[in-house]
Amino acid sequence: MSKPIVATTSLAGCFGCHMSFLDIDERILDLIELVEFNKSPIDDIKTFTKKCDIGIIEGGCCNSENVHVLQEFRKNCKTLVVIGECAIMGGLPALRNNVAPISECLEEAYLNCVSVQANDEKIIPNDDELPMILDKVYPCHEVVKIDYFIPGCAPRADLIWNALVALVTGNEMELPYEVIKYD
Amino acid sequence: MDILIEIQDTQGCVDDAAVAKIAEVFGMSKVDVLQTLSFYHFFSRQCRGKYTVYLNDSAVAEMMGRDEIAEVFEEEAGCKFGSVSEDGRIGLFNTSCIGMNDQEPSAIINKKVFTNLTKEKVKKLVQDMKNDVAVEDLESDGVASNILAKGPILIKDIDLEEAIKKAVSMTPDEVIEEVKISNLKGRGGAGFPTALKWKFCRSAVGEKHYIFCNADEGEPGTFKDRVILMENPELLFAGMIIGGYAIGSDEGILYLRYEYKFLEEQLEKVLESFRERNLLGKDIMGHKGFDFDIRIQFGGGAYVCGEESALIESAEGKRGEPRDRPPFPVTKGYLQQPTAVNNVETFCSVAKIIQKGAEWYRSLGTVDSTGSKLISISGDCERPGIYEIEWGFSINDLLKMVGAKDVQAVQIGGPSGCCIGPDEFGRKLAYEDLATGGSIIVINKDRDLLKDIVLNFLEFFIEESCGSCVPCRAMTVQYKKKLEKILAGKGVKKDIDQMLSWEKVMQMNRCGLGQSACNPVIATLTNFRELYESKLQNKEYVSQFDLAAAVKESCETAGRVPNLGGSHE
Amino acid sequence: MSKITVTINGKAYLTEPDKTILQVATENKIYIPTLCFLEGIKAQGSCRICTCMVNGKMMTACTTPVNDGMEVVTNTEELEKLRSKIVELLFAEGNHFCPSCERSGNCELQALAYRYKIMVPEFDYIYPARDVDAIHPKLIIDHNRCILCKRCIRRKKEPENPTWFVFENRGNKVKINFDKEHTADMDDEMAQKAMDTCPVGAIIHKEKGYDVPIGRRKYDKNPIGSDIEGKE
Repeated sequence: MSKPIVATTSLAGCFGCHMSFLDIDERILDLIELVEFNKSPIDDIKTFTKKCDIGIIEGGCCNSENVHVLQEFRKNCKTLVVIGECAIMGGLPALRNNVAPISECLEEAYLNCVSVQANDEKIIPNDDELPMILDKVYPCHEVVKIDYFIPGCAPRADLIWNALVALVTGNEMELPYEVIKYD
Repeated sequence: MDILIEIQDTQGCVDDAAVAKIAEVFGMSKVDVLQTLSFYHFFSRQCRGKYTVYLNDSAVAEMMGRDEIAEVFEEEAGCKFGSVSEDGRIGLFNTSCIGMNDQEPSAIINKKVFTNLTKEKVKKLVQDMKNDVAVEDLESDGVASNILAKGPILIKDIDLEEAIKKAVSMTPDEVIEEVKISNLKGRGGAGFPTALKWKFCRSAVGEKHYIFCNADEGEPGTFKDRVILMENPELLFAGMIIGGYAIGSDEGILYLRYEYKFLEEQLEKVLESFRERNLLGKDIMGHKGFDFDIRIQFGGGAYVCGEESALIESAEGKRGEPRDRPPFPVTKGYLQQPTAVNNVETFCSVAKIIQKGAEWYRSLGTVDSTGSKLISISGDCERPGIYEIEWGFSINDLLKMVGAKDVQAVQIGGPSGCCIGPDEFGRKLAYEDLATGGSIIVINKDRDLLKDIVLNFLEFFIEESCGSCVPCRAMTVQYKKKLEKILAGKGVKKDIDQMLSWEKVMQMNRCGLGQSACNPVIATLTNFRELYESKLQNKEYVSQFDLAAAVKESCETAGRVPNLGGSHE
Repeated sequence: MSKITVTINGKAYLTEPDKTILQVATENKIYIPTLCFLEGIKAQGSCRICTCMVNGKMMTACTTPVNDGMEVVTNTEELEKLRSKIVELLFAEGNHFCPSCERSGNCELQALAYRYKIMVPEFDYIYPARDVDAIHPKLIIDHNRCILCKRCIRRKKEPENPTWFVFENRGNKVKINFDKEHTADMDDEMAQKAMDTCPVGAIIHKEKGYDVPIGRRKYDKNPIGSDIEGKE
């Protein structure tokens, strides 16, 4: 039987969840035996080269590119797993959701903030190549259907490992009290 | 409360200076004043204009063309609803049902009620306000009673002095026994036996006993108390006196919703004449030792104050939040003393029962639901108004009586009640079948039941929750979001399953309002499920995300044209 | 005082009539989850999490006094599910950013979510516009995290003193407010007490924090309620 294929990505996140993923330490050797990686920063494959079984997503959606990538994942992966607070509820990037309208955020960041220098033309970045900023940071499940949620900031390596093993083997996931944390 | 009302009425707001003054005089903290002040709809910290217009935004008002009227108000006054015109002259505000459903659209301007509004009338009104015409002189249709069927309560066939005399010639226990035999149940909607309530209250130990009349009818669509208060307040007061005698009270309080402030003068006159005739005061009707008086306590605009313990909190000058029970008001109520709270109609029934006898009363209605009931009919029918019927009346007969055709649904008991379709119109109005506090709204086939009615009701509950219990405060908002999702055509079957499963969480709320706040959805999901299902997509998941809408503002701010080509829906 | 018998989860307990269901349960090592309840301040069932079946009806354990022959059920699967829904509602209603909160690990709301193993709330996040009030010399009030349980309101310095905290507005617009004048002379001890009164991180004692590192906090290792249940 061929190995399940896994893809991962980080949207509006800090890559902390990927770091935590790598914290499974020597079990990474078991992981290589267990699955094959496709699009992922772990192996630096930039685009999907085949359909995947499991997509692992870190981070929420703060711009149009995040949305695009997330939608690509939904198309190419049978099962989507979001990991970390950012993917689940927006996380720290979503601190802006309740603060002010996005116009005010942009003006503060690029025009009014005391640390703004040398922006005499008063430009808010507007190059067409740049992703467009969303009005708020969206949790992934508000944009596409998500199958599983792994909370934490970052989720404990054990939790990610347990989840992945459960998904790959089809066994029920172990959830000891200590591994579910939101911080 | 009285102080806040007085200040609000005289200067149009309770500003920081007034708050500071009240705090100083009563040795309270300023935030103490603010917490009461901010609870009530009709109190404000900023001035709401020399003329403050409160336009009803309840479901029936909207059915009767309230939105068009609102537009004219905004155009003419030059400000939006929720704000005051630049010169501070006219303030426009929305308000929940003001008890005029049979003559909508209607509004309250500085305590005075304006009914059957039309575009022309509104134009004239705003012009007059601009020309400084005093509120008393503004043209109004007045408030009609629209009594279309009279029964035992509305027919004035007893001598009230005789009734009170008869009551005080009996012992209090005999009065309670008579009421018990009549099988009178509370008319507010919950249907608790009146005699039992009085018995508990009478036997409760306290320094003083209080009797309250709950005239806070805030259930959208009900206006029967207003009509009683206009047409026959004497009967109500007689009932309160008899009730006071029965439970051993010397003080009765009529808790009246602020929306009915226009009745104040007339009611005070009636009370004054009662005092002159020794129906109130000392040794009433020659009964040594029975001293009793009635005062009027106004509310400040809060539907939840119709809940008896919230009403008591409000009368104590606090936020109108329902209390934990036990203890029940009958043992620890107003000022922690035994208190009986009864509905306007209940008191009216009592006066008649005493005079005409319990057996007479039992001959009316059904075995389990004795007597008559005032119902307020509004919505899509030819003859909206007040009908007094005997319990056991069927919905079919009712619809015939009021001239309703092409009926899609009937909302019984207001938003917290139930909504039934034609296959159930054979059912009867009775405690054992369709219980109601009195609000009946007819909805014809042209209406979008979910959008026009259910969504409006949900918004009402969100606005009127006291905010104490989590499910009532937060779940109502979730219900609204779900319904909006379904109305936008983005719902899936799971959404319906979730809404049904939340009902149990709503039942965890402390008071009846909270427990029934999901009824608009649950009742329509039960009886009109196809309306929901026709809007669902046959998928497991539908995204509500809209990229174009989400990037609109940031692109505008940055001055770039949104490039939506890259999105893959 | 005469003793009465109360049945909790099928087992009879002898107790006194002036106690609440919650008290009787706690004394007998039965944990009923609570949030708006705090030992030593007047109970007011507003979070509804301690709802139990009492003689077949839903009642809050923290406010309902026991009486003879009362039958209480505290722990059915359905009740636990309903409680978990309330926790989820609270997470969706406010702005709860656990990773950036001083109370993470010591937070009762979070601890209940851990206990119920909530991975994601069933409800839509509201992201309400709320502010952080840092004007007070000793306290930071972060309305984003407030779950409106009123514990701060119900805890008073002394009964005769002016009110410190109050509730304002109604419905989904309610928020806590505090009296800036009367709390101005608050000392560190009182500020810490105010913070400890709050079940979440809405009241923070200024210039103090992270004394105990994340990972070694109250609910990091053991679930909330395990002290009552007597389990490890």
